[in-house]
Amino acid sequence: MKFSKIMLSMVMVSMMFGNALAQVNLNGAGATFPYVIYSKWFDVYGKQNGVLFNYQSIGSGGGIKQVTEGTVDFGASDAALTETQMQAIKDKQKSDILHIPTVMGAVVLTYNLPEAGKDLRLTPDVLAQIYLGQITNWSDAKIKAVNPEKNLPNKSIIVIHRSDGSGTTNIFTDYLKKISKTWAVNIGMGTSVSWPVGLGGKGNEGVSGLVKQSSGSIGYVELAYAVKNGLPYASLKNKDGNFVEPTFDAVSAAAAGGAKNMPADLRVSLTDADGKDSYPICGFTWLLIYKNGPDKNKAKEIVKFLRWAMTDGQAFAKDLYYAPLPAPVVKLTEKRIDLIETK
Amino acid sequence: MMRQWGARTFDCRSFIILMESVQALQEKLDLRQRTSINTGDLLFKNLTRFFAAVILVLVVLMAYEMVQSSGLSWKKFGWSFFITSTWDPVQEQYGALPFIYGTLVSSFLALMIAVPLSLGIAVFLTEMAPRWLEQPVSFFVELLAGIPSIVYGVWGFFVMVPWLRENVEPFVSDKLGWIPLFRGTPYGVGMLAAGMILSIMVLPIIASISRDVIRAVPRAQREAALALGSTRWQSTRIALAYSRSGIIGAIILGLGRAIGETMAVTMVIGNRPTISASLFEPGYTMASVLANEFTEATSDMYISALIEIALTLFIITIIVNSCARLLVWSVTRNSGAARS
Repeated sequence: MKFSKIMLSMVMVSMMFGNALAQVNLNGAGATFPYVIYSKWFDVYGKQNGVLFNYQSIGSGGGIKQVTEGTVDFGASDAALTETQMQAIKDKQKSDILHIPTVMGAVVLTYNLPEAGKDLRLTPDVLAQIYLGQITNWSDAKIKAVNPEKNLPNKSIIVIHRSDGSGTTNIFTDYLKKISKTWAVNIGMGTSVSWPVGLGGKGNEGVSGLVKQSSGSIGYVELAYAVKNGLPYASLKNKDGNFVEPTFDAVSAAAAGGAKNMPADLRVSLTDADGKDSYPICGFTWLLIYKNGPDKNKAKEIVKFLRWAMTDGQAFAKDLYYAPLPAPVVKLTEKRIDLIETK
Repeated sequence: MMRQWGARTFDCRSFIILMESVQALQEKLDLRQRTSINTGDLLFKNLTRFFAAVILVLVVLMAYEMVQSSGLSWKKFGWSFFITSTWDPVQEQYGALPFIYGTLVSSFLALMIAVPLSLGIAVFLTEMAPRWLEQPVSFFVELLAGIPSIVYGVWGFFVMVPWLRENVEPFVSDKLGWIPLFRGTPYGVGMLAAGMILSIMVLPIIASISRDVIRAVPRAQREAALALGSTRWQSTRIALAYSRSGIIGAIILGLGRAIGETMAVTMVIGNRPTISASLFEPGYTMASVLANEFTEATSDMYISALIEIALTLFIITIIVNSCARLLVWSVTRNSGAARS
C-alpha cells in the first residue's frame, strides 16, 4: 500500500518534470466572446504540440490592459485598439502590436412580438430611430412600410440593450454610428454608451431574458447566442439594399466584401459592409500579438499556432457557432503573421 | 439591583469588605503573573495586536489606493461628479448622482419592507412560537441567509419580475396611479423590484440577529412585567425596548448588505442611470455600475470615474455605519435598560 503510493507519487513527479521540460506555457487574456472556440483550439492544438495555453476570458478591456502592462504573452479583443492604446503599448513594451483576426461574430436583433411572427424586417433608418427613441410604437408607419404583409399591433416598443460593457455593444453602436448621423453626433460608439432609451440587461442572457419576458420588446444579442437558444431575429437591409438574415454565410460574405479594400493592419470594422449577401452588423475578433516580443521561443510557438488557427482551426468555427474567416481574409492575415519576429 | 438584594439578606458593609479583600487578592495574583515573563502571553498579545492592525492597514490602504486612482476624475469633475447625472463613457462625461440615488433609494426601500417583517418574525419566534415550530422556522430563516445572491438574482429576474409586471404593477398603477410613486410603464424591472429582492436578502440577517437580541433579554424583565399584570403585548414591548440597541445594530448590518449588494440588483433594477420619482421606473446603483462596466473600461478617465464611484460607495458605507453607531450610543445612553 505504502510502496504503491510512493511509486505513484514518483511517477507523478516525473511526469510533471517531463512536461515542464517539453512544454511551452503561453498566457493570454481578453475577450469573452471567442472564449469557446479559443479554448477548443488551445485544447486541441496544445495536446498535439505540447503547448500549454492559459487563457483568461476577462473581457477585451482587461485583455488590452494586460497586453499594455506586458503581463501576458498575447491578448484578445473584440474591439480594434485605438491609436492611443497602440502607442501606450509601444511605449511600455517596446513593440508594435499586431491585430490577428481569428473568427467573426455578428449581432442580431431579437424581438418579442407574437402578433408579427417570424422574419421581421428592419431598415437601418428604422433601427436607429427605435434605439434613439424616435419610433416608439410597433404600428409606426415606417415599420409598416417595410413589413407590408405583417400585422403590427399598436404596442409600445420596449428597447433593451446590454448594461455591461461589451464587444457586442461596441459592434452594434459602431453600426448605428455609421448609418445614423444623429447617433454619431449624440451617442457615438463604445463598449458602453449613454443610451437615450431602454432597459439594460446584463450579458446576452440578461438581454434575451428581458426580451422573452416583455411583449413588444426588441434587443440585440450575439448571433451565436441567438442561434443556440433559438431566438427569433430580424433581417436587416444591407448597404446594397437587400434584406439579409443573419447567418454564418452572410457574416463571412461581409468580410469577403470588405476584404477588397481592407487596410493592411486588418484593424477594420466590418459593419455596413459592401456585398449583396453581406449581413451588416458583424465584426472580427482579434488576437493581439507583440510584433517584437521579449521571448522569441514563445513567439515561435505563437506563430506556429496562428498558422494552424488560420487553416485547420477554422474548421471548428461553424460547429461552435462562429463564422469562419473567408479565404481572402485568411490570406491577408497570414501576411500579418509573417511580420512577427521570431529571431 | 444588587444593592437592594444585598441589603435585604445580609449586612451591606460586611459584604463590601468581603468584596474588597477578594479584589485585593486578585490584584496580587495579576501582579505576580505580570512580573513573570510568559512567552505564550507575549506572543498571544502581539499576535492579536498584529491581526487587529492588519484590518486597520487594509482599510487605510484601500482608501489610499482609491483616492489615488480616482484623482484624474476628481481633478476634472470636482464636486460636480456627485451632483450631475450624465454618465457618458463615449464623451467622457461622468456624474454619479443617479447611482448614489439608486443605491440609497433601493436600500431604503428594502429596509421599509424588511424591518417590520423581520421584527415580526423575531418577536414571534421568541415570544409566541411553540417549541416545535420555533426550531424549523429559525432554521429556514438562517437558510435564507446562506443562499448566494446570484440565485436570488435569477429567481428575481425570472419569477418575481414577470409577476410584478403582469400582476402587481398594472394593478397598483391603476388604483394608485395618482401618486407619482406608482406611475409609469410597468416594465417589471426597476426600483421596486430591486427594493423587493434586497428586502428578501436582508430579512434573514435582521430577523436572526433581532431574535438573538430579544432572546437575550433577562427572564426577570419579562416575569416582572407579567407579575405586574401586563399582557403579552405589553411585556413584548418591554422586551423590545430593552433590546433596542441590538435591533438597531441588526438593521444596520442589513442596510450594509443592501448597499453593497451587486449581482441580484443588477439583474432586476433595469440599469438606466436616471432619477425618477416612480418606483416602477428603472434605476441604477453604484455597485451595479461597477460590476457592469469595470471589466471593459479601458480609458484612464473612465477607470478613474468608476473608482471614484467605488470610493463614494466606501464613504457612504462609512457614513451610514457611523450614523448607526451614534444612534446606538444615543439609545444606550438614554435607556438604562440596554447596559450590555
